[in-house]
Amino acid sequence: MAEITLKGLAHSYEKTPKGASDYAIRQMDHVWHQGGAYALLGPSGCGKSTLLNIISGLLEPSEGDVLFDGQRVNELPPEERNIAQVFQFPVIYDTMTVFDNLAFPLRNMSTPEYRVKPKVLEVADILELTPLLNRKAKNLTADEKQKVSMGRGLVRDDVTAILFDEPLTVIDPQLKWKLRRKLKEIHERFNITMIYVTHDQLEASTFADKIAVMYEGQVVQFGTPRELFERPAHTFVGYFIGSPGMNFMAVEFRDNQVMFGSQPLPVNEAMERAVADASNSVEITSNNIKLGIRPEFIAISSSPSADSVPIQVTSVQDLGTYSLLTFKLNEQTFKARLPEGHSPVGETAFARFDDAHVALYIDEYLVEAGHE
Amino acid sequence: MNNKVPNNRAWLLVLPMLVLVAFSAIIPLMTVVNYSVQDVLGPNARFFTGTEWFQSMLNDDALQAAFLRQISFSLIILAIQIPLGIGIALIMPKRGWQASAVLILITLPLLIPWNVVGSIWQIFTRGDIGLMGWGLRELGIEYNITRNAGDAWATIILMDVWHWTPLVAMLCYSGLRSIPEAYYQAARIDRASKWAVFRYIQLPKLTNVLVIAVLLRFMHSFMIYAEPFVLTGGGPGSATTFLSQSLTTMAVGQQDLGPSAAFSLIYFLVILLVSWVFYTTIMNMQKDKPPHGGA
Repeated sequence: MAEITLKGLAHSYEKTPKGASDYAIRQMDHVWHQGGAYALLGPSGCGKSTLLNIISGLLEPSEGDVLFDGQRVNELPPEERNIAQVFQFPVIYDTMTVFDNLAFPLRNMSTPEYRVKPKVLEVADILELTPLLNRKAKNLTADEKQKVSMGRGLVRDDVTAILFDEPLTVIDPQLKWKLRRKLKEIHERFNITMIYVTHDQLEASTFADKIAVMYEGQVVQFGTPRELFERPAHTFVGYFIGSPGMNFMAVEFRDNQVMFGSQPLPVNEAMERAVADASNSVEITSNNIKLGIRPEFIAISSSPSADSVPIQVTSVQDLGTYSLLTFKLNEQTFKARLPEGHSPVGETAFARFDDAHVALYIDEYLVEAGHE
Repeated sequence: MNNKVPNNRAWLLVLPMLVLVAFSAIIPLMTVVNYSVQDVLGPNARFFTGTEWFQSMLNDDALQAAFLRQISFSLIILAIQIPLGIGIALIMPKRGWQASAVLILITLPLLIPWNVVGSIWQIFTRGDIGLMGWGLRELGIEYNITRNAGDAWATIILMDVWHWTPLVAMLCYSGLRSIPEAYYQAARIDRASKWAVFRYIQLPKLTNVLVIAVLLRFMHSFMIYAEPFVLTGGGPGSATTFLSQSLTTMAVGQQDLGPSAAFSLIYFLVILLVSWVFYTTIMNMQKDKPPHGGA
């Protein structure tokens, strides 16, 4: 059993970090519960791998603590934490057979042979490696190798968490799907905490129950795939999750209206009040007020209605199950998703933003408004 | 369907290469073959001898002794240089200016011409002015490479180890640097001991460079000439007379063209055979064994 807690954790690769930009991980607190399937999602260089290596013990954090079940493990080397890690490129021991590869961690712990064999056979069976057991690991295909490196994590009875560092990067697309299913299966069968690092939102949402989105060394949102989609807590989450990402408008409160540049925006009262408050607030000095709307929630029509705004359509791309419409509003490019069979629109059209799905962001973070 | 036009003109492109190889290898080698089956007495007096030279060479006691010395020498220096080279590569600094400094220092012996190496060691081992010779004498150890065969052998081996271990170390160093960090990390998570990391990660990843190192060192040492020639002149007696020196004495000193040609060919075939057997064995070790029983 292991509940992994990160307390006031920060890490810098510099010896004497000067500013926030020197930190790969910025001050963060986080709890991974026992038995959960988690994904750590974010762009390259956002600190996901650093975080993973800190959890596994390959890196010692420069500040803060890593707790396993409340026990501080900062200084414990990886071999003394009960975790396994699967890397981006499959790590296998070339000269050994698949069987010996799987048995390796057990033999390193001086497990008696009569207990090694059944365990290896069991894991090989789950991973469908049984026919390959006598083959040299060197001659396997990439996905078989990656299964072997996963298997080495599974053979140990004491493993309570498996960390995956973009494990499917080198795997063919069709096999990715299969392997991901396999991972889920393993997760359901063993009560193991799994943390899966990826930059692919589809991969994250098919694997994980809960996703932590990382941006510039911080977890900006931790939630279910649905929460990430519907209520992005940070503009980055809105932009990063969804395809295409969320549209953002920098707005201000002027002439008793919510203005996007020179364009007044029809929003509901609650939102209007929230924007007005933010604009007049003494605490918020940055004037960084944005409204966000997902492309899915912009309705396009060729005739105006009460709360629509006029737009210039730049292009329409047919993507099979839906069309992607690109338009300009106040000189800024927006994307809208048109359902299949939507009637074609001309160069000028009208867009209506679905009130329930317009979100307010102050200093890039979500502010709940308009849901009283 | 099949409208390929047969066109053999591509062969012309191979022609320049063929001419080059002909002049650099085939023609000289064929000349040797030509000599090896004839007894050349003068410009117009030559007789075909068949395999006679080969037979006499193979049965020559002096040559057999030189051959045994040669094999022993090659095996001894391989047994020392390969593990030593791996060991040095393992403890060399991995990055920073220290890495560059060590690399330069370690490469220096490789840059010295072979007969200069011989001269350096010849002076080094002299009892009157050489640091090693003088030092050993002062320590009360009897040491004389011109009189004691054991001393001569030890010195030649030491000299070769000093001269060529850096090559093995450099090859291994480059091999070690190419192992991705993830392997070491995975090994830590798998709780592998230091020895297991060496045995199952580093050594397998070094196989390819080690094959090159062993082949190069074997061929080199099997043809060693200038260094012992300068250092001991093959002595004392013929204790350090290796194959190449016997060959030179026969071909250049005595002008016995026929026998030395036959001898050269045998020499050449031995190197080829050993290298081939070694290479094939190593490559076969990496293949899957045919399934029979097992786990």
